Amino acid sequence: MKTEGQDSTARPIRFYGHGLPYIGELKVKGKLIVIEGPDASGRSTQITMLTEKLEAEGHAVVNTGLKRSELISQGIINAKRSLGTGKRTLSLFYAADFADQLENKIIPALRSGYIVLADRYIYTLMARDAVRGMNRKWCQDLFGFAVVPDLIFSLEVSPPELVHRVFQRQNTLDFYEAGMDMGLGEDVYSSFIRYQRLIAAEFKRMEVRYDMTPINGERMPLVVEAELENRILGFLTGQTQ
Amino acid sequence: MITRHPTREARTDGWLIAAEGIDGSGKSTQVHLLEQWLRQGGLRVFKTEWNSSDVVKEITSKGKKKGTLTPTTFSLLHATDFDDRYERNILPLLHAGYWVLADRYVYTAYARDAVRGCHPAWIRRLYSFARRPDIVFYFQVPVDVAVNRILSGRPKLKYYEAGMDLNLSNDVFESYRIFQSRVTKEYESMVRPEGFVVVDGSLRIEEQQRLVRDKVSELMPKEVVSKTMGRTGLENRGPG
Repeated sequence: MKTEGQDSTARPIRFYGHGLPYIGELKVKGKLIVIEGPDASGRSTQITMLTEKLEAEGHAVVNTGLKRSELISQGIINAKRSLGTGKRTLSLFYAADFADQLENKIIPALRSGYIVLADRYIYTLMARDAVRGMNRKWCQDLFGFAVVPDLIFSLEVSPPELVHRVFQRQNTLDFYEAGMDMGLGEDVYSSFIRYQRLIAAEFKRMEVRYDMTPINGERMPLVVEAELENRILGFLTGQTQ
Repeated sequence: MITRHPTREARTDGWLIAAEGIDGSGKSTQVHLLEQWLRQGGLRVFKTEWNSSDVVKEITSKGKKKGTLTPTTFSLLHATDFDDRYERNILPLLHAGYWVLADRYVYTAYARDAVRGCHPAWIRRLYSFARRPDIVFYFQVPVDVAVNRILSGRPKLKYYEAGMDLNLSNDVFESYRIFQSRVTKEYESMVRPEGFVVVDGSLRIEEQQRLVRDKVSELMPKEVVSKTMGRTGLENRGPG
């Protein structure tokens, strides 16, 4: 595996805020690439294809995602089931899950020179919170411990198209992905559309601030993959020159 | 934290009293006695304790057993626990006019998380949604006194409880001592800026409780104090 070919100079990790003071100055050779986008936007498909492609090019790849920490994801499931769980509580639970992924998976992988393909990152969490009326500044401060990614892609798919894609794999819309906890609409469909539009608007707000690259996710998967691949490989090659 | 009557937030009718101090400082005893006194006076009281959210405590407990909790994850899980109790119990009950007694409040996190290396400003912003208590009692004892109270029974000290994740010592008891010393230092640095009411933990229990009740009485309208509370309820006890 050609981990040396990526970038022979280790560069210091950057954090959005105060970071993780107890880990000290950290230089890594790996790269953090984030793929964001709503449920059913095709993220998982893209990540699978990109992982194969990057590995074929000789890069070592690690995949991470939200609600992946064995321990805390169970807590999140329980919290969602428990009536009366507040939105900030859920928000903090997700932040704990993310911190666990960041410290136990992402950072070690970056230290070892891996490319980390993150299936969603803090932006989905911040968008969900903002749409629910939580203070944006508080959320930004909360995630001050997050590492600044090298590349961030945001898959854009219109809400009606998302509905079709969801129904291709299951016959209901997820309660939270439809914003049903927010009382946005009388039926799940209209709630979903309204909610996803609000989330998309939130992402547009964050695009410039966080230097996100919007990607049209409505095209055929292979076309989307080709664009992502070109951008990622272009970035990686640019790093070694 | 939010101050008692911020312009943007609704006033609440209840009162929030917090008790802080390291383990073995006698704080829980004092909170219990305070609770009894208030109840006997016919007041509506609710007591909340650290790490007690039904939705979170199991996860925190499992995480602690595995020993894989980083300082940030540790901090966030405790914040989740606190927030669950805050949104479910503390805030609604304050709105309902209850006396809410918190055995440990945000300052526990400020102290412990800082000792673990989390950035102090980050911790404070994390808890910025929490209302400032009307009184914060800080039960101050020399570290060795508190530590010896806990260790005298040679209990089984748990990994994070002893601060073993900080590599302070290979010996769990020594680690516990050092950890509690550092937490105490953090508390001491908060006394002035946070306006703690310091209670000398080496006084007799009854004397401490008299101080606590006197202070709490200041929050009550005069008629309530003389009629229902019978001053501090400790008049019949002789000098120590």
